Amino acid sequence: MLNYTTKEIKERSALVVNPAKTCQPIGAMYAALGINKCLPHSHGSQGCCSYHRMHLTRHFRDPIVASTSSFTEGACVFGGKSNLSKGLETVFELYNPDIVAVNTTCLSETIGDDLTEIIKSTNLPEDKVVIYANTPSYVGSHVTGFSNMTKAMVSHLAKKERDVPSNTINIIPGYVEPSDMGEIRRMLKLLDIPSIMFPDTSGVVNAPNKGKYEMYPEGGVTIEELKATGDSKATVALGSFSSKEAAYELEKRFDIPPHILKLPIGIKATDEFLMSLLSLTGDVFIPEELEIERGQLLDVMIDVHHHYHGKKVALFGDPDIMIALTEFVIDLGMIPKYVITGTPGKEFERTIKGMFEKADLKECVVKAEADLMTLHQLIKNESVDLLIGNTYGKYIARAEDIPLVRVGFPILDRVGHSYFPTVGYKGALRLIEKISTAILDKYDETCPEEDFELVM
Amino acid sequence: MKSQEFLDKVLESYPSKVMKNRKKHIIIKDSNEKQEIAANTRAIPGIITNRGCCYAGCKGVVVGPIIDMVHIVHGPVGCSYYAWNTRRNKGKIREGGKNFLEYCFTTDMQESDIVFGGEKKLAKAIDEAVELFKPNAISISATCPVGLIGDDINQIAKQAQQKHGIPVLAFNCEGYKGVSQSAGHHIANNKLMKDIVGTNDEEVIGKYKINLLGEYNIGGDEWEISRILNKVGYKVVTTMTGNSTYEEIARAHQADLNLVQCHRSINYIAEMIEIKYGAPWMKVNFIGVESMSTTLRHIAKYFGDEDLMAKTEEVIAEETEELLQEMATYKEKCEGKTAVLFVGGSRAHHYQGLLKEMGIETIVAGYEFGHRDDYEGRDIIPDIKLDADTRNIEEITVEKDEQKYNLRIPEDRLEALKKEIPLGDYAGMIKDMEDGTVLIDDLNHFETEMIIKALKPAFFGSGVKDKYMIQKMGVYSKQMHSYDYSGPYAGYRGAANFARDVVAGIFTPAWQYMKAPWKTQPILNGKVEEGVEKVC
Repeated sequence: MLNYTTKEIKERSALVVNPAKTCQPIGAMYAALGINKCLPHSHGSQGCCSYHRMHLTRHFRDPIVASTSSFTEGACVFGGKSNLSKGLETVFELYNPDIVAVNTTCLSETIGDDLTEIIKSTNLPEDKVVIYANTPSYVGSHVTGFSNMTKAMVSHLAKKERDVPSNTINIIPGYVEPSDMGEIRRMLKLLDIPSIMFPDTSGVVNAPNKGKYEMYPEGGVTIEELKATGDSKATVALGSFSSKEAAYELEKRFDIPPHILKLPIGIKATDEFLMSLLSLTGDVFIPEELEIERGQLLDVMIDVHHHYHGKKVALFGDPDIMIALTEFVIDLGMIPKYVITGTPGKEFERTIKGMFEKADLKECVVKAEADLMTLHQLIKNESVDLLIGNTYGKYIARAEDIPLVRVGFPILDRVGHSYFPTVGYKGALRLIEKISTAILDKYDETCPEEDFELVM
Repeated sequence: MKSQEFLDKVLESYPSKVMKNRKKHIIIKDSNEKQEIAANTRAIPGIITNRGCCYAGCKGVVVGPIIDMVHIVHGPVGCSYYAWNTRRNKGKIREGGKNFLEYCFTTDMQESDIVFGGEKKLAKAIDEAVELFKPNAISISATCPVGLIGDDINQIAKQAQQKHGIPVLAFNCEGYKGVSQSAGHHIANNKLMKDIVGTNDEEVIGKYKINLLGEYNIGGDEWEISRILNKVGYKVVTTMTGNSTYEEIARAHQADLNLVQCHRSINYIAEMIEIKYGAPWMKVNFIGVESMSTTLRHIAKYFGDEDLMAKTEEVIAEETEELLQEMATYKEKCEGKTAVLFVGGSRAHHYQGLLKEMGIETIVAGYEFGHRDDYEGRDIIPDIKLDADTRNIEEITVEKDEQKYNLRIPEDRLEALKKEIPLGDYAGMIKDMEDGTVLIDDLNHFETEMIIKALKPAFFGSGVKDKYMIQKMGVYSKQMHSYDYSGPYAGYRGAANFARDVVAGIFTPAWQYMKAPWKTQPILNGKVEEGVEKVC
């Protein structure tokens, strides 16, 4: 497996091998699915749209529907105006969404199609809404695309209608699973905090089988709610890479204070999440249910620390998840030997380095804009006990005989991620179960027979 | 009649412009008429097509499966990433050879590459690939922005080839070319034919030499087909392109017969090899027990050797004896059920026989990107008019290679054989379908939903994008591209694998729980109050 990956690391300046990121529009498509009765639309040639739908479908095992402008060579010469106008007309006549969220691709971006002008000049049904985000594939990654579309939700829809802000708090959950969004919503409900969460894909990409197909499932933030985000009293943005732009947009336009937090993965980040909600509501009361969950998590962290304490782990994936996970594995007493993301951004390296320093971890490596070949080479030079990342890690896991815990996007070869959270105290408990099981399974498979244990 | 009702309902739901367009892409089979279907035309923007792009057809389908080449995708990261290990074209390393299928290579173009051009980065990427991977050859595939910004990938390839002394092939398969994956097949065929086929004269030893064309070894299909062919006594010179290597493709001109499985993706090369090197091609179908046996008999007939024909019958008997018993048990379970098949450019036809062997009748079939000849047969090729969207796809012509041309069998015998076996011909899908069944080209999301509602098939063979919507409607949907991560489905063992998987899919116990008990059984203690919506 991966036999041509050498131990010796030669710097590459042009060739990317086994990327740890993908391109913007898929993130925008995912974000758009988090709006109720929304059809994502890809303004480019149709291959992109098919690929993005396929990839999301493989990850969620649920229908992912989106339309496309289906560029042909002619449109590349004359611009994609008529493709988009006609496309939108067809979409509303045939599929009747309440809202269409248009993203672009490298094609329409290179051509320079002016979406504002095209959409303004298109004859749309009066009660329908079109929002759009520029998502050039040659900038950033899928996380950037998610961020751009999330920002577009408020820049196109948010309004200020009240003189005094409402009690509501805007929550931007970041590029996480529908199960995570559901879990964040559950915590807010327990705290009895009125909130608007956007985007929210729970109930959309993990929809139940009811024996009939619903093109627009029940989930998703509504257009009305998105409009009302302009009246909220604060915005809590989880995961700076995927969520901060939308929060800043709300600040810029309506003076709504933004609170940029880590994704609430692990005990510390969840504590911080809850504490900032309390400080925003002026409340000092945490419901018993959450208190019990935290206590259970802590109980397990202490009880089974010997499963993972001191173990070296390599982490790779999207920056927000990596930042929160790195903090959590440090809190578990593990050593985050390598932390890799494909998404560019200096902030990533700075944040992780800060964590290394605080925990007095000397020989750990962090890299942004890196690929999985680089990660593999690092592992060949000094191996680790565990890999945490998406499905693409399975090749390295097999080649180097390291157990893999699947977290992040995409997970194409296992199920569960869209139904069980990794955020919150509950999610942290699930992560410990996965980490512990992976390490113990490996021990059971490889230990000498005389060391095979009943109780561990 | 159900088909007509379905069709009327679909068309009356469409806005008038869409209706006028889609009308030509849907027909109800009527053997009393010569029917024409519109195909290979541009998709309607916003219609929610299942189609992909030219890049997918070129790199993803035809070029990507060649195992010992480093396939560099010149573009932003997405195109290379989405085609990374997602199509299940398997490959096994040759002794002393190389296999890069697990890897994904891209120039990961950034904004500055769009602004200042990406040629330098591409040249550097090739240098790095050569240094790190020492491949036998390299391919470069262009993506959407490459054509627009004017990067000359052919020039870069030429320079790199001189510099590194290995073949470097550039494919101008920008995603916007043509109207579907099909354009990419054509572009890939042209290049493979011009630059690879015929360049390796190292003699292939073997008596009955054949090539498998348009076979991509999805889930190990090619290995199962080769297992049977080897057993009969054939020597497979190369497969295009599943599990193939650069040098094996380079010796393709040595085969005495080309077997064409996927007509759409490879018919260009099949034709060109016949013109240039004199080896005829024959349409085959390795899917299903009967088709497999018929195909084996056709190949034996072509070579015309008594021993070979005897050996063929021996292998068929040996392979099918137990298999037919097993198939009979599946047929008993599935008899009378109906199927819909909507797959790329060939499988919608190939699987109909196998389904029939299971007692399942195909009532709707269609291609994403087939051309009229795939539906109506090659006879109509002279009538096909190229429209503005496909006119720019290069058509190359080849001439007889005076040194290497070798007429495999005398022309009069070839003509006589054509009456018995499908040499140089493909009759198309319509011919094999029953009157009253429906053919739909470039099926879309709306039509898919309508089919399920109106015709309620037991089996829907399609791709991953529609699988889960169909299953939410209570109908088993099988992925006919990826085989739902199973396989092989070709050949004799493949037929059994397929049938077993389909039976499991149709009869998996979960289907009986589609309705919750409180929706079907009376709730004993409750009473329905007036004005309150009923629960059951």
